[in-house]
Amino acid sequence: MSSTSNTPTHHTSTIGSIGTPSRRNTELALLVFAVVIPVFAYANAGLAINGSVPPGLLSYGLGLGLLAGIGHLVVRKFAPYADPLMLPLATLLNGIGLVAIWRLDQSKRLQASSTFVEAAPRQLLYSALGVALFVVVLVFLKDHRVLQRYTYISMVGALILLLLPLVPGLGMNVFGARIWISIAGFTIQPGEFAKIVLAIFFAGYLMVKRDALALASRRFMGLYLPRGRDLGPIIAVWVVSILILVFETDLGTSLLFFGMFVIMLYVATERTSWIVFGLLMSAAGAVGVASFESHVQQRVQAWLDPMREYELSQEGVIGHTEQSMQALWAFGSGGTLGTGLGQGDSDLIGFAANSDFILATFGEELGLAGVMAILLMYGLIVERGVRTALAARDPFGKLLAIGLSGAFALQVFVVAGGVMGLIPLTGMTMPFLAYGGSSVIANWALIGILLRISDTARRPAPAPAPNPDAEMTQVVRP
Amino acid sequence: MSELTLTVMRLGFLAVLWLFVIVAVQVIRSDLFGTRVTQRGSRREAQRPQQAARQSAPPPQRQQAAAGGGGRQRRGAPTKLVVSEGILTGTTVALQGQTITLGRAHDSTIVLDDDYASSRHARIYPDRDGQWIVEDLGSTNGTYLDRNRLTTPTPVPLGAPIRIGKTVIELRK
Repeated sequence: MSSTSNTPTHHTSTIGSIGTPSRRNTELALLVFAVVIPVFAYANAGLAINGSVPPGLLSYGLGLGLLAGIGHLVVRKFAPYADPLMLPLATLLNGIGLVAIWRLDQSKRLQASSTFVEAAPRQLLYSALGVALFVVVLVFLKDHRVLQRYTYISMVGALILLLLPLVPGLGMNVFGARIWISIAGFTIQPGEFAKIVLAIFFAGYLMVKRDALALASRRFMGLYLPRGRDLGPIIAVWVVSILILVFETDLGTSLLFFGMFVIMLYVATERTSWIVFGLLMSAAGAVGVASFESHVQQRVQAWLDPMREYELSQEGVIGHTEQSMQALWAFGSGGTLGTGLGQGDSDLIGFAANSDFILATFGEELGLAGVMAILLMYGLIVERGVRTALAARDPFGKLLAIGLSGAFALQVFVVAGGVMGLIPLTGMTMPFLAYGGSSVIANWALIGILLRISDTARRPAPAPAPNPDAEMTQVVRP
Repeated sequence: MSELTLTVMRLGFLAVLWLFVIVAVQVIRSDLFGTRVTQRGSRREAQRPQQAARQSAPPPQRQQAAAGGGGRQRRGAPTKLVVSEGILTGTTVALQGQTITLGRAHDSTIVLDDDYASSRHARIYPDRDGQWIVEDLGSTNGTYLDRNRLTTPTPVPLGAPIRIGKTVIELRK
């Protein structure tokens, strides 16, 4: 604040934020709001489908309220300066996701299918597990910089997680994508957890190497070309993500990892050339793989001409999907304000209506207005993450926060873009909204880590060492 | 369930969803307007207009105080404090009715980088009549007004040198 310098002091100034209040009460108020909205939605859907308030309304509301309450108390105790918005936003998204899943459970068409299981109670259980992991992260991770010690262990861990679905007997091939493993009757999507672990590795690695990557480069046609040996890591990550694409045939996961790496590389080095390289490499990789991998080709065809795919699948030709077109119809029939919860026909999408395609249900029943609100909520979570990165005082925390929120944003983009027909569809889930244990649990952990970083970042700075004042004053001796 | 109820609920739900988003955006507004620029050396002075700008309607007692201060402002009253000797020579601080502390402590209004100054050396403040008073805060080497060491709070005439260690300050119009 004040000066100890020998120069005239009136030219220097410091910029600081106005006293950071902890904002815990703001968070509590928003959380109450975030629990009431899904309860309202639940009652609304029940009234529309069965004509009566659903019997589970009270227990459902209490369950969600309890989860939110526990989350809030833990944040109040263990991360008092954390961002006030992320927890309410995540709770609200999780809550309305539960409502949509419950609403799809009530569909007669889906109940008729052979693989039908009641998904909503399971999702509530997964949410509870997610909040439990959130609590564990906040209680045991006292300082996010501890994660920095595990940089290379994280790399190995992430690779193992990514390769697990390829292990024979453990991996499962579900509708063309090998991204699940099956342990004791539970299916787990390790890629969701690998996302977080990989962000830790990238943050730790780039923090150490960023100067070499940023400064040792030649200028060529306005772009900074990095040295060959510095290109090594980006090529390695690229190869890994291409291998994922080839062997697990999952475009989304591969895009997510490579995109996250490029984002973090750009943030660490401030070199635009990385983004150019990243885009070129991912385009080359995607085109290369799509030219020989039939599963990817099929997705691309469904993206380019969903109507033709729909017709072919209606004619009973194997290997064609009707879902892309149906999702588009769902969005179209929703219009601006939607048909109202429980009153759409998005259950026609059938398989994966409550996971990959859940956004189509919102598109149909809440319309453009509802989808925009939901996308804005995702945007706000990402904004808070980026804000946390800006506020963080240590480079590792900055990179980790930007990596995690970048991955979150990319995932939302990849899923929403796929369902809406902007990019080819991939087998990923909308964070918090979609049915899927791994996704919900991993994303709660992600929010936990972001809250931990933001708590450290927003905590008032420790007082500077008082050494100049403590010096003895010289005594004038006449 | 009647069509009307469902329509009302549908629109109502969209409304509360958007209300939530809007409330959330309101919460983060402080990020956009939440920084302040602090001038070193004249911290309080810089803070005051900032605060006034932040509160579009200042509370009544503040307004009153400002008005009263203006009324009490006498002819020939000093408007600024100038450092005329020492490392900080040329530094000025506008006098706006605030107490000015001098010393080596970091939170002083004027931080003296001077081995012969104490952490909290002296303060200069206006009394009820708007007369500026200098008071020694028990410093090691004392505060001198003209050539006399201060023992009690003393009114400061315009242009009289106040000596603290190697630094000399005076009040000017």
